Amino acid sequence: MQLLQVLIGGISQGCIYGLIALGFVLIYKATEAVNFAQGELMMLGAFCGLGFSTALGLPYWAVLPCSVLAMGIFGFLTEALVLRPILGQPAFALIMVTIGVGYVARGLITMIPGIGTETHVFEAPFHDEVITLGPLVIGMEQAVIIGASFLLCGGLFALFRYTRVGVAMQAISQNQLAAYYMGIPVKRLNSLVWAISAGMAAVAGVLLAPVTFVHANMGFIGLKAFPAAVIGGFESLPGAIVGGLIIGIVEALAGFYLPEGFKDVAPYVVVLAMLMIRPHGLFGTSMRKRV
Amino acid sequence: MRFLFKTDYDQDIRLAKHGGHVFWYSLLGVALLAAPWLLSEYLLEQLVLVCIYAVAGLGLMLLSGFTGLISLGHAAFLGVGAYTEAVLVGMGWPFPLAMSAAVVLSAATGVVVGLPALRVRGIYLAIATLALGVIVEEVLTRWEDVTGGSAGLMVKSPTLFGAAVPQPVGFYYLCLGILVVATLAVLNLLRSPTGRAFVAVRDSEISSQSMGIHLAKAKTLSFALSAALTGLAGALYAHKLRFLSPEQFTVLQSVELLMMIFIGGLGSVHGVFLGALFLITLPQGIAVAKDWLPPAIGGAAGLQSTVFGLIIVGFVLFEPLGLYGRWVKIRLYLQTFPFYRKGTFRREKTFQKTERQR
Repeated sequence: MQLLQVLIGGISQGCIYGLIALGFVLIYKATEAVNFAQGELMMLGAFCGLGFSTALGLPYWAVLPCSVLAMGIFGFLTEALVLRPILGQPAFALIMVTIGVGYVARGLITMIPGIGTETHVFEAPFHDEVITLGPLVIGMEQAVIIGASFLLCGGLFALFRYTRVGVAMQAISQNQLAAYYMGIPVKRLNSLVWAISAGMAAVAGVLLAPVTFVHANMGFIGLKAFPAAVIGGFESLPGAIVGGLIIGIVEALAGFYLPEGFKDVAPYVVVLAMLMIRPHGLFGTSMRKRV
Repeated sequence: MRFLFKTDYDQDIRLAKHGGHVFWYSLLGVALLAAPWLLSEYLLEQLVLVCIYAVAGLGLMLLSGFTGLISLGHAAFLGVGAYTEAVLVGMGWPFPLAMSAAVVLSAATGVVVGLPALRVRGIYLAIATLALGVIVEEVLTRWEDVTGGSAGLMVKSPTLFGAAVPQPVGFYYLCLGILVVATLAVLNLLRSPTGRAFVAVRDSEISSQSMGIHLAKAKTLSFALSAALTGLAGALYAHKLRFLSPEQFTVLQSVELLMMIFIGGLGSVHGVFLGALFLITLPQGIAVAKDWLPPAIGGAAGLQSTVFGLIIVGFVLFEPLGLYGRWVKIRLYLQTFPFYRKGTFRREKTFQKTERQR
């Protein structure tokens, strides 16, 4: 029974990784850029939520859409101002620029006097509630995280599969120039992808905030979402959630059974093993170029 | 303007292409040799750091700049080198032997990382190296019997020929000597078939394979050499810091190294030195600028990180070839003086070509 309890903890943590990984995957799928600032976007989202709830006094359920909107605008602008000029440059430039954006975001938040260097408590209204399933106890916060990540993943999957915008995004990812010739507004859609991704980071931030605390370095959790995205195959939306779950469960089990220290390393060991055995992840597809 | 009249194929691979090179690099060498008399002790210490970072940068440049493999875990090699050196010198090994051991061990680690690198590319490789970086950092923290864990590890002074190397002047010359040897080694490598193979692998894997380059061999060798150079830098770094703790070898350090070679200019040996100089002077510059800024901004904790981030973004957007690229532009402007055309280096309009199908 204790094992099941540990597993549930791992699953809810894994869903957070999955939510952040969804952001990576979305951007990678559509624009083939890897956003190393995704964790920082989540941190900004959490601070946004904190700002809306303390400064404006909004209730928790109103905070969520407001921060999603704010971060969406932020993501849109980031793409338009910083990433659009280097479209088509080598991957190195994209990696450096997103790392730079992450640095700036973390630095600017830290620079806000009186807020940036503190650790804040951000309580959800359901924060003491629990769901009891027989002998199992699930915190409401964790249940909400699990539910939200599956909902979001499903929604995005449907968006990519069944809507015009989603199909256009797929077209961009396959061949940008051809998509442009077919009349797809490539630039605007790229910005839109970033907006959606930043909005998802805001969801992750606002949901994670009650579980951990809000502070300027909470974005480093993004480093654990990379293994999640790789395990799922970097371009598969359901893969991101599955990868997140695997990472979360492995981490929880390693923390339970193995000596101290293995918990933090376990996700990276798993990802290294994955890269050696199946470099394209569980759901990724391997394509070969014809010469 | 200088016109080179080539009468011999050897002129193409000569290290000093013309008299100007000989003159200016000799002048630089003399200045560096005279530095202990010209600079204050504090500045000399900073110059030592520049030398050490430049050695590490040479390693990373070989991998990222010339072989085109991105590494987000180079701090791990730095850490392996530093800890090997510290532990072995602590056990009473002579400095040259301990340093060689550090280099060999780092290179071995590099080969281990190189193995997944044979199957993955681009972003996957970045994540594989990131994973290695985190694992090594955790090992350094947890293997307390050897590394001292988070409590840290004191490093003895280096001894050479039975006598302790005097600080700071002797150590400066030691670092400078190693840097010069490393630079010459890298320059020589780059004009040899192996180095040319690295560059070919960077430019196109498929065409290099069809030219008969053994891809796996080239990549593994690149990883090993890069890790060896970074381990060498780590060994010097250990003596420079005199106190090691795992927090010095985190992912942030790796990012800083990557930033250094990017700002210096990817794919140029000059870039390493410019980047190292930049990385060491920037925090000093920020510290000076703090006095001029209003206290609300100047006193804030995140100032350095913000400035670092802005500089990276600025370089990617406006000067993708880094400081060395800027110098190349200035040089061309001077060489062609009234006829410099503004659009010479303008970036071509590009669209994204998918990298998944390779």
